[in-house]
Amino acid sequence: MEFFRIKHDIPFMSYGRYTTAISLVTFLFAIFFLSTKGLNFGVDFTGGTVMEVHYAQSADLAKVRAQLAETGLPDALVQNFGSSYDVLIQVPFKQNFAGAKLSEQVMAGLRKQDASVEMRRVEFVGPQVGKDLIDNGELALLLVSLGIVGYLWLRFEWKFGLSAIIANLHDVVIILGFFAFFQWEFSLSVLAAVLAVLGYSVNESVVVFDRIRENFRTMRKAEVSVIIDNAITRTMSRTIITHGCTQMMVGAMLFLGGETLHYFAMALTIGILFSIYSSVLVASPLLMLFGVSREDFIKPEKTETEEVLP
Amino acid sequence: MNQYPLWKYLLILAALLAGLIYTLPNFYGESPAVQVSPLRTSLKADAALLEHVGNVLKAANLNSELVMLDGNSVKARFADTDSQLKAKDVLVAQLGEDYVVALNLLPRSPQWLTKLNALPMYLGLDLRGGVHFLLQVDMNAALSKALEAATGDIRSALREQNIAYSGVSRDGKVLLVKFRDAGARSKGEAEIKQRFSDFALNSADERGEYNLLVTLKPEAEKHIQDSAVQQNLVTLRNRVNELGVAEPVIQQQGADRVVVQLPGVQDTARAKDILGRTATLEVRMVDETHQASAGAAAPFGTEMFKDREGRMLLVKKQVVLTGERINDAQPGFDNRTNEAAVHINLDGVGARQFKEATRENVGKRMAIILFEKGKGEIVTAPVIREEIGGGRVQITGQMSTVEAQDTALLLRAGALAAPMEIIEERTVGPSLGAENITRGFNSTKIGFIMVALFMMVYYLMFGTISVLALTANLLLLVALLSMMQATLTLPGMAGIALTLGMAIDANVLINERIREELRNGITPQAAIHAGYDRAFGTILDSNVTTFIAGIALFMFGSGPIKGFAVVLCLGIMTSMFSAVMISRAIVNLIYGRKARLTKVAIG
Repeated sequence: MEFFRIKHDIPFMSYGRYTTAISLVTFLFAIFFLSTKGLNFGVDFTGGTVMEVHYAQSADLAKVRAQLAETGLPDALVQNFGSSYDVLIQVPFKQNFAGAKLSEQVMAGLRKQDASVEMRRVEFVGPQVGKDLIDNGELALLLVSLGIVGYLWLRFEWKFGLSAIIANLHDVVIILGFFAFFQWEFSLSVLAAVLAVLGYSVNESVVVFDRIRENFRTMRKAEVSVIIDNAITRTMSRTIITHGCTQMMVGAMLFLGGETLHYFAMALTIGILFSIYSSVLVASPLLMLFGVSREDFIKPEKTETEEVLP
Repeated sequence: MNQYPLWKYLLILAALLAGLIYTLPNFYGESPAVQVSPLRTSLKADAALLEHVGNVLKAANLNSELVMLDGNSVKARFADTDSQLKAKDVLVAQLGEDYVVALNLLPRSPQWLTKLNALPMYLGLDLRGGVHFLLQVDMNAALSKALEAATGDIRSALREQNIAYSGVSRDGKVLLVKFRDAGARSKGEAEIKQRFSDFALNSADERGEYNLLVTLKPEAEKHIQDSAVQQNLVTLRNRVNELGVAEPVIQQQGADRVVVQLPGVQDTARAKDILGRTATLEVRMVDETHQASAGAAAPFGTEMFKDREGRMLLVKKQVVLTGERINDAQPGFDNRTNEAAVHINLDGVGARQFKEATRENVGKRMAIILFEKGKGEIVTAPVIREEIGGGRVQITGQMSTVEAQDTALLLRAGALAAPMEIIEERTVGPSLGAENITRGFNSTKIGFIMVALFMMVYYLMFGTISVLALTANLLLLVALLSMMQATLTLPGMAGIALTLGMAIDANVLINERIREELRNGITPQAAIHAGYDRAFGTILDSNVTTFIAGIALFMFGSGPIKGFAVVLCLGIMTSMFSAVMISRAIVNLIYGRKARLTKVAIG
């Protein structure tokens, strides 16, 4: 079986202007939503308390809210979580409340109302921790970016490193844009997914770049754009099959992994889809833009001159 | 050209065998168990305790599947939770207060696997349920306490030497000592310099006032902070013991934070209470006019306490000194006799109180009692040889260095060195933990089956080989995780699924390359060779970049994210091995020998 039997190279580079425009527009949209709506940071980053409680029968959210207001938490966010039996309670961090004790007070109140309530999960994060996590996250992002650029520079050429990382940061911004637009919760595991995408989607560019380098050696007479077109066309089958396989795994997590893994898998899904696009249609045009040439790989052969030896 | 030397086959075989052995324990599951560990360092879990536990269980007619010695505890495994709970009650009643009896889970894997050190993966709190606390030690309070103590010490030192000073006051991190004239100041400076090596001195004159600014040296400050954290760790460890948790984790994280993880604990309110409780220390005189006897009521005005060896002592109710007056207690040696000793440092008020008490009671015994949870225990009860002034006390006599360390720890544990605050809490109920395991497992399973089916249909024989390599990858990864006893978390399980999804990339690259070479018209043998050869560089490059991301996640991630990063990095290594070497070995075995290969099944 073979899905992709492409006879002639697809002239991707001649579409360069359109594809760059498309990604520029998506990118700007992502930036727009990030700056207007912002990320919906989870309790990991903002500090506060999240509780998941389970009732034996369908929970009455209004009653839970009333009970919380009585406990002194009128601004607690109460919603169903997964099923009508499970309730998620979110309380933002408060200066005057003994943070770690809060969950006990809430549970005591809820138990008074309905003895069947069962505590499933409590997460309390103080504001100091949240700040550390954001700092560390930024540091990790920077380190990964520098590491990748450095490695690709070493293995290929700076032009490759730079265009790969631009393409991938573009993916990251788009993932963040999705999270901002839908106001999905941005938690620690989503951050992990984003960083994993950064490492993973570089794969894509690396595979294409590898082929480009090889083509420079084998297709001696061809033009740069022809070489890139050929490299993309010939790796396309692999690109789509690999990503399809990874997506099967991620899809299983998305639908079966439960609430905790849902947004993790969501970030990966968006990352995988856009990394196909960006590595082919963003990184390669950028490479052209930076003026990649055969001389980057093949040292011009020394012209043999006659020598006179004594 | 497609043949491996024998050693490569053997290497692969050995790796797979090791993988199988170390993966195996994960399939046996766990049984309810009871874990008995001694509370004090002086008590050891040994063969005697093992036998004792065995006898107690036998006497109670409880059939344990296995009773064994493991590290510094005795573990007994049972078939069901019912007998586990009964066994716990029986053991608590029989062993008394010197041992902690905790409920635990023990792997059900057979003995020979355990002997090979093959243990199942260590499950994180989000999978087994439990509490995670992150506590922040208030360093400023620790420094303030030290400086406050120094204020009193400097005062009494100057008074002792009859050096005229007009005041000692503290302003933030600086102590200001005021003198009447320059002569007194230089004398005072010399005296303080000699006695307190931890402080840096600066003279500052101001409108006819002769002042001395005393600040902590940076290294002394660091030492105070370090020992504050250490002391808090010790105190926490003692308190957690009391909770009866099977495998608690109490670790320093960063400069001023402590992680406490209590697997299986559901009663978070009680855990918080116990962690936040302050123990108190009291010094009282021993009542030597009456004889202490177990069971008898203590005479009026006295109380009966056990000492650490379990002997009873009668102690007067009147308190000589409380624990707040103790600045520090360190193990060390006597200057003259070189015996092991505990050096105690009292603050100014304490020194005065102690001096009075010792003057009146030369030749008598005093008792230092540690109160926790309203129950007192005598840490040590030395005889007073002479009047002790100056706030420096030394306890010696019949002490080993280990005992001296223990005593010093307990004396310091009287109060937390610095207040702590819970800045992070994560509690996962047991039902959610079990659910997380099923979800993680199911999504990995379904994903794996889908990928396997697709690969086999799309690449036929080569797809099947890829799936075999992927299975080997999963086996090796789980084996590595079990071997390292790395903590498996839900993100870690996601990591396993993700690495499997990414590992198939290497095989897709190879298979596509072989197809392409075949299309170019070269012979199947050459195509296989070229496919593996050319794809390798690409596989390496693309894995290294993911590896970089994994390392960064490991360095900067916390808790569950670290688990994800570990799995990601290990998974990359195993996938390099299995996708390239193992799949190649299978291909070589199948096709390598055929000299005139005309067709391969690659779809």
